[in-house]
Amino acid sequence: MSQKSFLFSGFGGQGILFAGKFLAYKGLTDGKQVSWLPSYGPEMRGGTASCGVIISDEPVGSPIVTNPDILVAMNLPSLDKYESAVNPGGIIFADSTLIERKVERDDVTVYYIPATKLAGENGIPTLANMVIMGKLLAVLGDNSEEGIAAALGKVISARKAAMYDANYTAMKLGADYE
Amino acid sequence: MADKVLMKGNEAIAEAAICAGCRHYFGYPITPQTEIAAYMAKKMPKIGGTFLQAESEVAAINMVYGVSATGHRVMTSSSSPGVSLKAEGLSYMAGADLPALIVNVQRGGPGLGGIQPSQSDYFQATRGGGHGDYRMIVLAPASVQEMASLTVKGFDLADQYRMTTMILADGTMGQMMEPVALDFAENKAPAKDWATTGTDMKRPHNVVNSLYLDPAALERVNFERYERYAYIEEHETMYEEYMMDDAEICVAAFGIAARVSKNAVNEARKQGIKVGLLRPITLWPFPKAPFRAAADRVHSFISVELSMGQMIEDIRLATECKKPVTLCNRAGGIIPSPEQVLEAIQQAAKNGGAK
Repeated sequence: MSQKSFLFSGFGGQGILFAGKFLAYKGLTDGKQVSWLPSYGPEMRGGTASCGVIISDEPVGSPIVTNPDILVAMNLPSLDKYESAVNPGGIIFADSTLIERKVERDDVTVYYIPATKLAGENGIPTLANMVIMGKLLAVLGDNSEEGIAAALGKVISARKAAMYDANYTAMKLGADYE
Repeated sequence: MADKVLMKGNEAIAEAAICAGCRHYFGYPITPQTEIAAYMAKKMPKIGGTFLQAESEVAAINMVYGVSATGHRVMTSSSSPGVSLKAEGLSYMAGADLPALIVNVQRGGPGLGGIQPSQSDYFQATRGGGHGDYRMIVLAPASVQEMASLTVKGFDLADQYRMTTMILADGTMGQMMEPVALDFAENKAPAKDWATTGTDMKRPHNVVNSLYLDPAALERVNFERYERYAYIEEHETMYEEYMMDDAEICVAAFGIAARVSKNAVNEARKQGIKVGLLRPITLWPFPKAPFRAAADRVHSFISVELSMGQMIEDIRLATECKKPVTLCNRAGGIIPSPEQVLEAIQQAAKNGGAK
């Protein structure tokens, strides 16, 4: 049985919940079992936001992600809080525009992506989340165009169809970043 | 099968209620169930329904009473402190034999407590909550799909037995998203010959009332109501058994606690411990029969709860304390981890049923 758990964390407004929702839809359109659980409460108003996503071949048991296989940290407090929680052998994606320090652990793979900078330079300043998503899917070898299109089609409502290309551009930026 | 969509548990309840023909929602916002009200506020005006944010929970439940008396499907939703406020109305509805769906997306208590998930309203839900001899049907979903399907089922049961059904969820179930299929058959309330719909001068008045000043009459309606409750206990229990066939230890949990426990059961099985999960879906009526049957086969029970231990009393009652029941719990808005449940299972395996 294959199961992967993801934790997305950052400031409210960085699209943390959206990124998680996109990934959950990606799992769903790939025919997997998925769950998505946000942190909720007063901390959402301007403070930290996080959500856990599980993608599995089997029905998902507990939807709570305490020790993620993959951590996406979009600001320093998120890395400080969750670095030690990542499963050994796991992967950390860090937005290196906003996180200046390096990951201290040596039993995880780390990708530093200046996502906020890349997004800003390319006229899509609100899509740093999807820049990292592009890299994440590329690293997982899960970035077929059809798969991404199917998930984007689900997560972006028809009313906001204009956002489709921007999201795709963001993911391409992340995927191509070395 | 319909296309599956990702939805929050709260939204799934709201959409399923609309599928079930509910066109009247009254509520007052409170975390972590506010998405139900928000969904209704958006949808109800478009389909000719009523969404009303009442001035308080007390007002909302009395509006539910009023609509129910006219025979229409109606609901309200809240979270723990708000449900306490509705308790008087729930008792009045029981006294007037009125059906409705009540949703409690629980948070930590007592008092204002916190906003994180909890199951500490189990006593309140299964014992009534308000004054007087009465019961509510209490359904405990453990997935977003069940948040939807038990909502539809809840309306049916409420109408069939003329009583309130409560969906007893928690903050996790309300906030989490999972794929859900909303392909429910066209569902409508049955004809209600008791409803106060106007006589057209063709029939005697229908009266919806909970006041009986004659003790003999009041005793009679209580006895009649409990005959109905006995029938429900006999016919309407729902539960899920997981790996119980050869189990020597029975983990009992509902809602989010059952999800966590399933992980622990899988892990314990890998370690060779014969353990299974018995998940009540109806909390009232409590599924006594499978617990009674399990008591003959297992050497111990573990009740996993997000409370100081409430369902554990029903397990002891159902099994007549034949086997030891231990509690594995967190409270105040904290969820037990699979590791904590696994430790409890390992401990039970070590004790081997010794009291």
